[in-house]
Amino acid sequence: MTSTTPLLEISDLEITFSTSSGPVQAVRGASLAVYPGETVAIVGESGSGKSTTAMSIARLLPKNGAVTGGSIRFGGKDITSVPTREILALRGSEIGLVPQDPMSNLNPMWKVGSQITEALAANNVARGSAARKRTVELLEEAGLPDAARRAGQYPHEFSGGMKQRALIAMGLAARPKLLIADEPTSALDVTVQQQILDHLDSLTTELGVAVLLITHDLGLAAERAQHLVVMYKGQIVESGPALEILQSPQHPYTKRLIAAAPSLASRRLVSVKERERVVEQAQAHAAAAHAATDAQAPETGPAAADAQSPASDVVIRVENLTKDFPIRGSVPWRSTPFRAVDDVSFDLERGTTTAIVGESGSGKSTVAQMVLKLLEPTSGRVLYEGKDVTTYRGAELKSLRRRVQPIFQNPYGTLDPMYSIYRTIEEPLRLHGIGDAKSREAKVRDLLDKVALPAEMMRRYPNELSGGQRQRIAIARALALDPEVVVCDEAVSALDVLVQAQVLELLNDLQAELGLSYIFITHDLAVVRQIADRTLVMEKGRVVEQGATEDVFHSPREEYTRRLLGAIPGGSIPLAGAETIDVDVAELDSSADDEPEHAAPAPDEMPYGAFVNPADRPDRRDHGHSGGPIGGAGGEHV
Amino acid sequence: MIWYIGRRLLQMIPVFLGATLIVYLMAFASSGDPIAAIAGDKPISPAVQQALREQYNLDKPVLVQWLIYLGNVVQGDFGVGFNGRPIMDQIVAAFPVTIRLALIAVVIETIFGVIAGVIAGLKKGTIFDTTLLMLSLVVIAVPTFVIGFTAQFVLGVKLGVVQINVGRDPSWENLLLPGFVLGAVSFAYVLRLTRTSVAEVATADHVRTATAKGLSRGGVITKHILRNSLIPVVTYIGADLGALMGGAIVTERIFNINGIGSLLFRAINAGESPMIVSLVTLLVIIFLLANLIVDLLYAVLDPRIRYAQ
Amino acid sequence: MPSDARSLRPRAEHFVAPLEETPLQAVDAVDTTSAPRSMWGEAFRVLVRNPVFIVSALLILLVLFVSAFPGLLTSQDPTYGVLGRANQGPSAEHPFGTTTQGYDVLARTLYGTRTSVTVGFFTMILSTLIGGTLGALAGYLGGFFDAVLSRITDIFFAVPLILGAIVIGNRVDHVTVWIVVVVLGVFGWTNIARIMRGAVISVKNQDFVTASTALGASRPVILLKHVIPNAIAPVIVTATVNLGVFIVAEATLTFLGVGLPPTSVSWGGDISAAQNALRTQPMMLFYPSMALAITVLSFIMLGDAVRDALDPKARKR
Repeated sequence: MTSTTPLLEISDLEITFSTSSGPVQAVRGASLAVYPGETVAIVGESGSGKSTTAMSIARLLPKNGAVTGGSIRFGGKDITSVPTREILALRGSEIGLVPQDPMSNLNPMWKVGSQITEALAANNVARGSAARKRTVELLEEAGLPDAARRAGQYPHEFSGGMKQRALIAMGLAARPKLLIADEPTSALDVTVQQQILDHLDSLTTELGVAVLLITHDLGLAAERAQHLVVMYKGQIVESGPALEILQSPQHPYTKRLIAAAPSLASRRLVSVKERERVVEQAQAHAAAAHAATDAQAPETGPAAADAQSPASDVVIRVENLTKDFPIRGSVPWRSTPFRAVDDVSFDLERGTTTAIVGESGSGKSTVAQMVLKLLEPTSGRVLYEGKDVTTYRGAELKSLRRRVQPIFQNPYGTLDPMYSIYRTIEEPLRLHGIGDAKSREAKVRDLLDKVALPAEMMRRYPNELSGGQRQRIAIARALALDPEVVVCDEAVSALDVLVQAQVLELLNDLQAELGLSYIFITHDLAVVRQIADRTLVMEKGRVVEQGATEDVFHSPREEYTRRLLGAIPGGSIPLAGAETIDVDVAELDSSADDEPEHAAPAPDEMPYGAFVNPADRPDRRDHGHSGGPIGGAGGEHV
Repeated sequence: MIWYIGRRLLQMIPVFLGATLIVYLMAFASSGDPIAAIAGDKPISPAVQQALREQYNLDKPVLVQWLIYLGNVVQGDFGVGFNGRPIMDQIVAAFPVTIRLALIAVVIETIFGVIAGVIAGLKKGTIFDTTLLMLSLVVIAVPTFVIGFTAQFVLGVKLGVVQINVGRDPSWENLLLPGFVLGAVSFAYVLRLTRTSVAEVATADHVRTATAKGLSRGGVITKHILRNSLIPVVTYIGADLGALMGGAIVTERIFNINGIGSLLFRAINAGESPMIVSLVTLLVIIFLLANLIVDLLYAVLDPRIRYAQ
Repeated sequence: MPSDARSLRPRAEHFVAPLEETPLQAVDAVDTTSAPRSMWGEAFRVLVRNPVFIVSALLILLVLFVSAFPGLLTSQDPTYGVLGRANQGPSAEHPFGTTTQGYDVLARTLYGTRTSVTVGFFTMILSTLIGGTLGALAGYLGGFFDAVLSRITDIFFAVPLILGAIVIGNRVDHVTVWIVVVVLGVFGWTNIARIMRGAVISVKNQDFVTASTALGASRPVILLKHVIPNAIAPVIVTATVNLGVFIVAEATLTFLGVGLPPTSVSWGGDISAAQNALRTQPMMLFYPSMALAITVLSFIMLGDAVRDALDPKARKR
């Protein structure tokens, strides 16, 4: 094999799945090449076929999938239809796999070390005590601290990042020539992600291993790969040198992706202006509405004295909020309190958006739950329009709920599968006895229109909708009671990039139109810049930094904030006509821990949202009456 | 893990008390005169009645009766049967046969059920699997006594291969057919459980990762599918042992085996409440113990519990 | 950015797929052509295509027909037994022959259907109501209530169905169908309770429940309108299978002599009576056994088919 022969060459590949509703073509006409030692990234949304293509190389497709056309050549040899034992010989020793979800890819019944030892034995690299010794070396190589002790532990004793490192060690154990990395870090916090990918980079460079990196994150792909392949609906739409694709994309889909990827430094200046416009309109609308209601029902009693003046209209004020959870210790009756939220205070001004950013375990969702009165604080107050609502119960609480509504992260769990869309959106109206059947239907229609969904959707059920559509229904439901504040708890984190852009844009438009105030919880700092006016950075329950979004981005004061900014994948890639996120890497402390101490389950779907270039974005009222299939299964990486 | 065990033990106590109380109440809460039942048709003098009443503690409130009874049970004293022999002795005499019968049933159900279930689970959707599934459905649907009679008829009467009745002191051989009949329904459940478990695990992520490592199919099956899928099966079988002893009543009746089941059946026919209560209480205790052992087994087999955080 | 010097790729070309072959679709398009499908609607569609369901449905229809109109299939009276015509083989008048006590086997087999179906059905209703309520409350309320209700469930679980029924049956003098229903129902609800509890626990943590709380719905409303409808699927499967199990249980009890009295028409009783005639009159045993097996089989098959239809893994998300 000469240096110009590709290590892996896929030509015109076609993959078909047999489903209960007939054969489905997941990939067609796909051609790509990976040369020895290089990193190639396949980028695409869910349903693009990127994972399917990668899995087919080592014949790891599920039972109902098969390669029905084209060829796969590895090391110059056609392996598309060779007998199974030849593929077996390739697996592990020539082609390695680092799978996607660290939680489910290790066998919980076996010790971690033995699963790596098994890889060594299966590929005839080493056996017995030599293998065990080598296992510890491999784990150390993958960056796992205290490897000797950890090798004797079970997977459930590892954190997500540690499991991923173990999987990397397993994939590289037999020194393959090609490593397929399927979204290896998408389930992890962004700082952990950076560490692991850096480590993987240096390892594979040192070993001369070629990497086929599957990801939905364009920024990450551009940062880590030399060659980029963009897939859309089972086909390759564009491929070439990473930087070239980013700086001069040709295919309309690639252009869309780049415009929508928030981590790329695109259109940031535009987004700042957009925000200003939105806030202005929102506050104008809100002030008008507020004046109207004030005229109707003047406040009485001591509450009125507390009310804010319109000049600085703080709709929600959080004061010294603290929450302790009891953690059961080794002895059942003795529990140690775990401080999830520690002395958090901030203001939300009417018509603006305040973002709370943090990694897993930072306490941001807990703060949201306390603001929503779904959780009682251990101490501290929540003030709504100056009134202390911390102790509200019963009827008071119910009427407060009309003003503050949530939107949750997981679109697949947020709607009752038994309820039609109509019933779902109508439920709040019914609960509060608003209107009669006729006026409620009119209201539901109006809400569907506001979230850019056709009215006929009323009779449908959630299982027929995509993730983005479900999230829009959730927004419609949240708006049914005409709230003033909407708490978005990772509301766009589980959506595909383009859909995310759409939903964020929708949220912005609604804010301007209805004068809403948002509290936006997210782990994605890049999204924050597109949607928030003020930003709070939380770490381990405390507010680390707080201020106007632009200030936090331009001149972060705290170490942790800088680290978060520096970890944004693709943030430092220079694009024409845009700024980069410049963080002085040398200043950062690189000896930081892998994981926060009490890691809550990490968000498990795509982390990046987008603000789309106004010139590029599809009109959000364009329902695309294509009569074609409903937008992809969303959230599933095919 | 210690606390897992401790918690299970603690939970067992109210359950044990509650279950025995229920059995006792149902049997003795009077809606008739138990003295008459004990005395049979013979008329008895009031003095004898009083004596009997005291002997069986019938003059005390029911709850107290139950506590006294429990106290005796814990010491192994189940009282005296209608025929004058201490119940405990009768139980001890009948016990070994039933244990042997139950063991045979468990062994048969385990071996055949697991093997068939694993194959069906791995080959889900094929003819083989569908056939086994149908078979298991039929076995569950047909009551044990029907299976018993059919087996007896076909193998005993028509083919003359085995004896219809096992006799006084049956050997392991003699108990083979009854054990098979007893374990038939359990076999079907084990098959289905194993099948479902294996089929589910076979599509798990960690199995694909194991395949990607370069393991042969056989290696993947034994090391990554079986170990993970057999835990629920093992725990079911353990619990079943306790249930089988109670279910032996029908089988023992059909094959005329003098075990606990027969004892119970005769007691039912004679209306001998003390015996009935004792046997049912005993079987409940065995059932609870079996479940407890199974829970502990679970803790040992599943590292997530053994090394809980 | 990794250094390009590492790459062995010859002068990299920038490939762009032609737009006609890779047309762009609108982002997150809505399909307005198909008819609306609820989850139950979809499950039903899957169900009716399942051959197991079709067979079981036909069998159940047959069983129900026989239990409702046994008189259409035989003119004999199942409770009329005359020793004079005992132990006859099959004839025109008695297609299945007669028993040792002179009953017409066919008539008893047919009329026995009614008994079994009645017991099975009503016991299923009773046990599902008891178990479903206790399980739902245990799962939803959690904490202390859960602990208490779970212990109660464990207590009843520890007394096996047959044994519990034996103890009661022994005490009662005149056992009627309804007494059997109550007795079996009182001891047969534990598996429903456990399944309901598990299902409720997994549903109550879903976001749509939290969303309803945030909208201002009260806890009882959420339990009845959101949690239970979503938790009920596995309960339905178990209840269907239980129906078959209860029919077997009644037959077993009657067989052992603690169920229905010999005067009533029950397959269990007939089978018990047929034991001693195994060599001479196997038909006495065969027909009730077959009827029993078929009836129970049909319900258990139905349960299996319903489980497959409701299986979340098989459904599109």
